[in-house]
Amino acid sequence: MLLIHCPYCGEDRSELEFRGAGDAHIARPTNMADISDAEFEAFFFLRQNPKGIIYERWRHIHGCGRFFNAVRDTVSDRFIKTYKAGEPKPDINAAPATDAKVETYEALEGDAR
Amino acid sequence: MSGANRITGKGRLTPARTVRFTFDGKSYTALQGDTVASALLAHGVHLLGRSFKYHRPRGILSAGPEEPNALLDISRDSARRQPNVRASVQEVFDGMKAESQNRWPSLSFDIGGINNLMSPFFGAGFYYKTFMWPKKAWHSIYEPFIRRAAGLGVAPTEADPDHYAGRYAHCDVLVVGAGVSGLSAALAAAETGAEVMLVDEQPEAGGALHFDAGVTIDGQPGYDWAQATVARLQAMDNVKVLTRTTAFGYYNHNFVALVERVTDHLASPDRHTARERMWQVRAKRVIVAAGAIERHMVFANNDRPGIMLASAARTFINHFGVAVGSKIGVYTAHDSAYEAAFDLRRAGVSIAAIVDTRDNPGTGVLAEARSLGIDVLTGHSVTDTSGKLRVSAMHVTRNGGGAVRKIPVDALIVSSGWTPSVHLFSQSRGKLRFDAATQRFLPDTYAQNMVCVGACNGTDDLQAAIDEAVSAGVSMAREAGIDGSASTTPRGEARFAWTGGMLGAGEGAGADTTVKAFIDFQHDVCAKDIRLAVREGMHSIEHIKRFTTNGMASDQGKLSNMHGLAIAAEALDRPIPQVGLTTFRQPYTPVTFGALISHSRGDLFDPARKTPMHAWEEAHGAEFEDVGNWKRAWYYPRAGETMHEAVNRECRTVRTVAGVFDASTLGKIEVVGPDAAAFLNLMYTNAWDTLKPGRCRYGIMTREDGFVYDDGVVGRLAEDRFHVTTTTGGAPRVLQHMEDYLQTEFPHLNVWLTSTTEQWAVIAVQGPKAREILAPLVEGIDMSPESMPHMSVAEGKICGVPTRLFRMSFTGDMGFEVNVPADYGQAIWEAIWARAEPMGACVYGTETMHVLRAEKGYIIVGQDTDGTVTPEDAGVGWAVSKKKTDFVGIRGLKRPDLVKEGRKQLVGITTKDPHVVLEEGAQVVADPNQPKPMTMLGHVTSSYWSENCGRSIAFALIAGGRAKMGQTLYVPMPDRTIPVEVTDLVFFDKEGGRING
Amino acid sequence: MADQTQALRREPLANAHGGSGGVRLTPAKPASRISLRARADAVGALSSALGLDLPIRPSASAISNGRMALWLGPDEWLVIDENGADLMAAAASAGAMHSATDVSHRNTAIIVSGPGAATAINSGCPQDLSLKACPVGKCSRTIFGKAEIVLLRMSEDTFRVECWRSFSPFVFGLLAEGAEDAAQ
Repeated sequence: MLLIHCPYCGEDRSELEFRGAGDAHIARPTNMADISDAEFEAFFFLRQNPKGIIYERWRHIHGCGRFFNAVRDTVSDRFIKTYKAGEPKPDINAAPATDAKVETYEALEGDAR
Repeated sequence: MSGANRITGKGRLTPARTVRFTFDGKSYTALQGDTVASALLAHGVHLLGRSFKYHRPRGILSAGPEEPNALLDISRDSARRQPNVRASVQEVFDGMKAESQNRWPSLSFDIGGINNLMSPFFGAGFYYKTFMWPKKAWHSIYEPFIRRAAGLGVAPTEADPDHYAGRYAHCDVLVVGAGVSGLSAALAAAETGAEVMLVDEQPEAGGALHFDAGVTIDGQPGYDWAQATVARLQAMDNVKVLTRTTAFGYYNHNFVALVERVTDHLASPDRHTARERMWQVRAKRVIVAAGAIERHMVFANNDRPGIMLASAARTFINHFGVAVGSKIGVYTAHDSAYEAAFDLRRAGVSIAAIVDTRDNPGTGVLAEARSLGIDVLTGHSVTDTSGKLRVSAMHVTRNGGGAVRKIPVDALIVSSGWTPSVHLFSQSRGKLRFDAATQRFLPDTYAQNMVCVGACNGTDDLQAAIDEAVSAGVSMAREAGIDGSASTTPRGEARFAWTGGMLGAGEGAGADTTVKAFIDFQHDVCAKDIRLAVREGMHSIEHIKRFTTNGMASDQGKLSNMHGLAIAAEALDRPIPQVGLTTFRQPYTPVTFGALISHSRGDLFDPARKTPMHAWEEAHGAEFEDVGNWKRAWYYPRAGETMHEAVNRECRTVRTVAGVFDASTLGKIEVVGPDAAAFLNLMYTNAWDTLKPGRCRYGIMTREDGFVYDDGVVGRLAEDRFHVTTTTGGAPRVLQHMEDYLQTEFPHLNVWLTSTTEQWAVIAVQGPKAREILAPLVEGIDMSPESMPHMSVAEGKICGVPTRLFRMSFTGDMGFEVNVPADYGQAIWEAIWARAEPMGACVYGTETMHVLRAEKGYIIVGQDTDGTVTPEDAGVGWAVSKKKTDFVGIRGLKRPDLVKEGRKQLVGITTKDPHVVLEEGAQVVADPNQPKPMTMLGHVTSSYWSENCGRSIAFALIAGGRAKMGQTLYVPMPDRTIPVEVTDLVFFDKEGGRING
Repeated sequence: MADQTQALRREPLANAHGGSGGVRLTPAKPASRISLRARADAVGALSSALGLDLPIRPSASAISNGRMALWLGPDEWLVIDENGADLMAAAASAGAMHSATDVSHRNTAIIVSGPGAATAINSGCPQDLSLKACPVGKCSRTIFGKAEIVLLRMSEDTFRVECWRSFSPFVFGLLAEGAEDAAQ
């Protein structure tokens, strides 16, 4: 179970108090009614699902109730940073977790070096 | 009395403290503190079970949690019974019943033993290859038969009467394992002032010091030092010591799950005490001092009862005072087994010979063996054994061939070395490295804030392990933010430094495919099975594991994994690290469901949410249905009424007189602030700025993709205050959805949201007499149709209690919804009922509510919509503002797919035979005679018998439905095809006059 | 013929009793409560109107004469008055932009007291309730088993557990089990 630092409460709290809310830094177009089909597709449907660093949103739903952003490594589940909604996207100089393109079971699980 | 093999003066148990237990119906005396294994061995009982597949006689292999063989059924009474309990772990208590498993008719004569004779056919993959045809026979014949023949214990059928507890805990440093290293680490960390938890799976601290009598620490025998140290720790305020507690799972961010066995060793536990307690610990730092597990030797027929790990035999003699035989053979590739022989010899047991597969054992142990007069055969192997229900001889040959000597023994103790317990490290996602010099996997790269110390970290030297542990205790405390210092410096001395170890098959495992040299005792996997797997093309250890099931039994391969890997590597002619190691997963040892569930059973399994009027409804005979976690009154049957009859009566009464309905579960959100209307304009498809205070409007909420998300009536109480209602099930997600937009997309708006679902009890009074019932109870509100028309709201009092009174209807008849503060709900309900009942009104439940709304064509989001339905599809397109420039869903609604012709639309359908009620979910087709698979036009979403219409009514989502009005379609059912006609959605009072009363 | 008599009030935990040797569970008296929301610039005016300083530090609380203000979020407070005062009117008198919503009947509360109180609450609450991590006066919304609660540490061994009324039998039941286990 994850331990998540809430930037509003200033404390580490159990994952049980939080709910994930998808990718961060996807702004809703201000001219929503006028965007093209392709723009709507990119805004609403398309996501990267990266292996490695992800910018994502969480809500401290059973805590202060605030939505905030986090930078997490999807391989190790390590949180690199959490920050308040509206703050700029931090520049994280973390190397991608792996260059492996093919995720075989062996590559992921049988790796004992 | 406590067993003929109990050696006077040996062991740490008190001879006077005896307990009685039975094994397979026979009564035995044990000593307090005995495990079932030590107690039975004391009585010379070695045969404890039958193996899984071949039904071979099996005994006790170990003295610890790694035991694969000696699994018993342990019970207090018929309900308190647990199968597959390890005899080497279970402590004996007075009155305990132990039964062997997987044998019939008896343990010593087991008819399943025929499997052993048939074993040439039962190699690895036998089941996969054999029971393939005919396909359906697997479920009906093969699987039930195999399950009966091959198996472990039988699950109890009675409900578990015990209770279980759970607790969250936090600490600076969690130390797992209370052997030399764990105690040293815990002491050092505790001295710094850190909050320390020390856990150990055994009843007392000591770990390997239970058996290792050759260790002295600070001048004391090792075991005594351990007890003194744990007593010191227990006396410290900042330390919590948990024994009989297994750290079974290491999860993200130093979250470690422990299970504490609280009462399993007690003869008469207090009934208030939980049987087991699940601890969910969040530690700032974790020190794993899990030790190492001895491996057996792999040779032909190495599984006979009486053959066990050398360290186990040493535990039995040194801790329990039990000699596991009177003439014991030793077969080893590691020095540690010598010390077992020395301890047994000194206790007066005859050692037949030490057979060492190595040419050069450690010089210290060799000299000691000679001085004790023990025969040592170096460069020899045990290639086979004799004996039926217990080993009777070991067959010894010089390595490389030669004459076979059959040496009579009544026990054979074995060791091929020690495997560091890297389970928790591996669960923490740490990466292991293979140390070629010592042929073992060791912790390498850490993924979490933890450190491994001592034997599990490959630190063999006693003093080095202590120093490593002390240093870890201080550094982990410091990393946890504790700056104190530690003064502890235990000095340890071991009599011998151990050398040796081997992996894989010994000389006696044979290349022959009929030789049974077991590596996984519980799943009956032999060295030959691994070789067969490789021959059949399995090259990854993950595949070999699954093909042979090596390491997949309840012991999870604690003894077998490394042997299996080494044999596979040899067969593949690849180095071990290239073959890979299977991943260790939680749990480390089996955990009961009771502990995992802990408090979450019975009433505490899930909150049962009840409305303020629940008690009244229950007293008045309501049947309830679950809606989310809510218990809602479903219908109120009178004496002798069926559900159908009750619902028909309720439906009739509401339309002719009136009905009173508990609508409290409806979600309610108070939207407050100067920008409240602007915010609702963005959240709903409708326009809200035009709604005047005191009036209500039905709103539709779509998601950004244009599909209907929720609906409900919204009342405007003031310029800056709205009372929003949602569906019962939708309340939490609608609030989350609104908060998401408010906080992250429209944070500039001055508006706030508060859930008020539970603030208000809601009493709906619907029907022609609704006003007459309510008006005399209400103060400060003019309820006349002129000042309170349909879709209006007013604040005042009812029976002296503040109310928000809504004029609204979900039945199509004149109706009101009385909102009162929840604690007053039942009193107001009773006051309303006192007026309603004499007028001939009824109370009604959710079933009648569903029927009445369907008669009027009102949709239920989630029943008539399914997440792919637009407002237009659902027939409520009128609620979508054409003037607004933005709202959530405005762009999604314009997507090509959402505006194209032929979308499924919600329409009414009536059966040609009015008495036929369709099944909800039934498919609708145009031509019932078309070939299968038929083209489905859509499905029935709602279907009821309508007493008020005198016929069945239904809604269906039909492709191009509104263009099909009046057409005949068909609903094919398994037994018949039902012709239906497409209609509009309104079945009752099509003119809609009744709602205005 | 309006019925002028005040209707009978029924507390959701009216008949609840429980606890163990080390933990006492007591349903709290009825109280008036508002969920108060406001931006930083309105805090001063609202504090004056309510007669206590709305805490602005995370997880802090202010208590004065039976009135409590609990910081739940950066713009959110739960204000409780044990004497049943009209908090809506008090907040309205502040003259600063805010949202006050009456939640007096939405919530109910259980007082958990005794040396095992923290342990009993930890049967379902994942927070660190040691005095170091959770000093007297700390409050927060959190989770207790499958229910959401608001937790306030009133003294070393006394907590106030606020929950929504329909969850209160569950919360009370789990606290009772936790209390029993804490006594072991």
